[in-house]
Amino acid sequence: MSSVQNSESTAHSPASPSELSRRTFLSVSAAAGGGMLLSVSVPRFARANVPHGETVEAGILNAYISIAQDGIITIQSKCPEIGQGIKTSLPMVVADELDADWKDVRTEQAPLDARLYGAQFAGGSFSTPMNWDPLRRAGAAGRALLVAAAAQQWGVSASECTTSAGKVLHKGSGKSLGYGKLAAAAAKLPPPDLKTVQLKDPKDFTIIGRTKPGVDSPRIVKGIPMFGIDASVPGMRYAVFMKCPVFGGTVESANVDEIKAIKGVRNVFIVNPTLPTGLPDGMQMGLLPGVAIIADSWWIANKASEQLKVQWNEGAMAQQSTESYAKAAAELLQQPAQFVLHSDGDAKGAMATAAKTVEASYYYPFVYHAALEPMNSTASFKDGKLEIWSPTQNPGAGRTLIAKTLGIAEEDVTVHVTRSGGGFGRRLGSDFMVEAAYLSKLQGEPVKVLHNRTQDMQHEYFRPAGWHNFKAGLDANGELVAFTDHFVSFGTVSDVPPTPMGAPPAKPIPGKKFPRFGDSADLGASEFPAKYVRNLEYSTSLIESGVPTGPMRAPGANALAFAFQSFLDEVAHAAGKDPLDYAIALYSEERVPPPPAGAGRPGGGFMMGAPFDGKRAIGVLKEVAEKSGWSKRSQLPKGTGMGIAMYWSHLGYFAEVAQVTVAPADGSVKVDKVWAVGDVGSPIINPGAAENQVQGGIIDGLSQALGLQVTLENGRIVQTNFHEYPLLRMNNAPPVEVHFLQTNNPPTGLGEPSLPPALPALCNAIFAATGKRVRKLPIDIAQLKT
Amino acid sequence: MSYTINVNGTSHTVDVDGDTPLLWVLRDTLDMKGSKFGCGMGLCGACTVHINGQATRSCITPVSAIGASKVTTIEGIGATPVGRKVQEAWLKVDVVQCGYCQAGQIMSATALLTTKAKPTDQDIDDAMSGNLCRCATYTRIRAAIKQAAGLPTHDSREV
Repeated sequence: MSSVQNSESTAHSPASPSELSRRTFLSVSAAAGGGMLLSVSVPRFARANVPHGETVEAGILNAYISIAQDGIITIQSKCPEIGQGIKTSLPMVVADELDADWKDVRTEQAPLDARLYGAQFAGGSFSTPMNWDPLRRAGAAGRALLVAAAAQQWGVSASECTTSAGKVLHKGSGKSLGYGKLAAAAAKLPPPDLKTVQLKDPKDFTIIGRTKPGVDSPRIVKGIPMFGIDASVPGMRYAVFMKCPVFGGTVESANVDEIKAIKGVRNVFIVNPTLPTGLPDGMQMGLLPGVAIIADSWWIANKASEQLKVQWNEGAMAQQSTESYAKAAAELLQQPAQFVLHSDGDAKGAMATAAKTVEASYYYPFVYHAALEPMNSTASFKDGKLEIWSPTQNPGAGRTLIAKTLGIAEEDVTVHVTRSGGGFGRRLGSDFMVEAAYLSKLQGEPVKVLHNRTQDMQHEYFRPAGWHNFKAGLDANGELVAFTDHFVSFGTVSDVPPTPMGAPPAKPIPGKKFPRFGDSADLGASEFPAKYVRNLEYSTSLIESGVPTGPMRAPGANALAFAFQSFLDEVAHAAGKDPLDYAIALYSEERVPPPPAGAGRPGGGFMMGAPFDGKRAIGVLKEVAEKSGWSKRSQLPKGTGMGIAMYWSHLGYFAEVAQVTVAPADGSVKVDKVWAVGDVGSPIINPGAAENQVQGGIIDGLSQALGLQVTLENGRIVQTNFHEYPLLRMNNAPPVEVHFLQTNNPPTGLGEPSLPPALPALCNAIFAATGKRVRKLPIDIAQLKT
Repeated sequence: MSYTINVNGTSHTVDVDGDTPLLWVLRDTLDMKGSKFGCGMGLCGACTVHINGQATRSCITPVSAIGASKVTTIEGIGATPVGRKVQEAWLKVDVVQCGYCQAGQIMSATALLTTKAKPTDQDIDDAMSGNLCRCATYTRIRAAIKQAAGLPTHDSREV
């Protein structure tokens, strides 16, 4: 684990250090994979600045809470803020258990420090489920200290004291004291045991469950710098790093002297790393070969890059293309699958005796993350130590990769996590951090690396394409009795047995063959409808590819939901049933034992938490039907239709109904409205932000279905900028009505699960409107003309 | 070469090449980091500023083309009554997710409301569709514009 950091200064708000003496802190660490570990430790912790409150700091109650004498409470937000609202919602949890008044609360991005905060990343919609309980306890521990301090001062028993909105009260004497007056004394008391600290009854929450606007928004609307791209270090240079357009290529030579002669250009470096520092095909790509131009301004560097002439060694990837993959997939789908991933009953036998069978092939393309803030970092390498300001979702992994690349100790890498202009999974990788670190070391000066949009679009890890050949067998009643999927994906054949996500890799078994899926290109054995169909087989065949793939918002789920939930709609229609009724009937009975725990990635989600629960799926389906007027859809005009889809990912259940109108003349699709019902447990921590997040996720999904793909020619990504990557805009963004079914389950994350069902809901609506089935993304409207 | 430009009512003399886009003069020469870089081709609107009140993509506007025009940026828009109203509406409606596009959105919305005090949904579509929001906060941007205009915030396109 990491050491304790001594500074949390940020590039844009210089700090005035005020060293504090050794204190006792509690450490709340959450083990990756979901296990909660609560521990009390005694690390040193020095705060660099006191940005909030009019007076000096009165007391630090624990790693999350400090309180100034005027009662201003500063709460550290442990996870990176990428637009998911975590810098508001997690401090709300702490503040409520502390029984603070929210108007007194300020929040800060916590330093990267695993000893104080445990895992600090933004991914997998993990932040809420991992931190809900520990942060309640951290807040409650702070409250207990304040109560104890007041009780001591008044000479009464702590049990006679209550708290309310930032004050400790003693009913008997009528005494009360604000937290600011108690914090100094409270900070000297021994911290309570986190395991037994008294938590609030949820009915007494005063902050959780009440909408709080984003804490950084007042600064954002004024344009005050806070994003990674805004970081500024005295004396810094600007860098553009041109990588080989063909994945896996290296630099042979470049017109270095010509570029160096351009006014304002300081240096040109050919970078051919001798050792791969990251993984070749995963999200931690590390430093790749390329040519770096260092200049006095980013504009000069970027303009100079247009004059750059590089002789690349393109390598074997230059033969690959979207077309070559399609050809390979078509051939593989003609053959028996290479691997069976999961099997229940006798799928082939049941298919042969089925009253009716349905077959269909589905395809989805490579997709680019398109965070609006292009990848960037600002690094300063000095005296063997590296300091970096980065819009990262994964600062710990970035630090590790930087240390490895520069050959320095992790303790000598300080990562300042800035606000991120969108993440969507792209910033779980650390290539842009490593580039800045490496170039600062080479240049001997602070360096800001910023990708231009074309680089950003062409050099990343993409959401992988995939092909599914589905077959369903129905009995005489139309019930689904057999289901098979031959999934063609990207990966390699390996002699290492697959292990569940997060588990250590297994030992190779010589002579054996196992599928080794590319990052985020897998299909889990427990992908539903597994366990709801008596005879089922999931199998796969793999294409080798040099295109890096990795997680994008709702990884796995964003693709699988489209394929599986569109096909299930086809099956319902083939059975002559209402797709809503069909789904409810399907999920109402587990017909075979569930796949073993940890088999693949349940629901395209993660290992953590309970398995897919049909009851919760049915709950959101029924509710969304009610809210959308599903039963009255036959009254819609010709050319207008409703589609429904449910998907479970990242522990959240979402059912969505889309209503679309398709123009007969040109097949253009107008999404009239989307209704969504989510079950992410209860409470909904910040309801207003939750609604915003769901609306955004759904429009993101519609955007993907309607227009997004990147294609490959001669080993290169073809698309260069937003004119070739048509994200939805204001004029095409439909109204989205959001409801939450607050079930008695602990709250889970919202960054991802609303997205996946949007795609099949839309495509199923298009079928209802036109009778034409969308089996290939992005939607080709020419096929929808009637 | 030396250029003198008026930004938010203050004159600045900068020594840069004439083809340097206004965006980079603002961000890296004048250290005004509110206007954002997104595409460099006028496709996303993150860099939107006002030039003589007109919403303009600063990433494709060379500094040599500014002349005596008045440049207003997100840092200065709060000084105008409409700009301030728009900023307040953005907070009231709680528009922001990641926030990266919002400076550009606010600049486009302010230009719209300055010329059309009571915009229709169609006006909003026309004025705002050049500004991408990757988080897709479009529903709330629409509501915030109406809020700033003193209009009911519901979406009249609702079915």
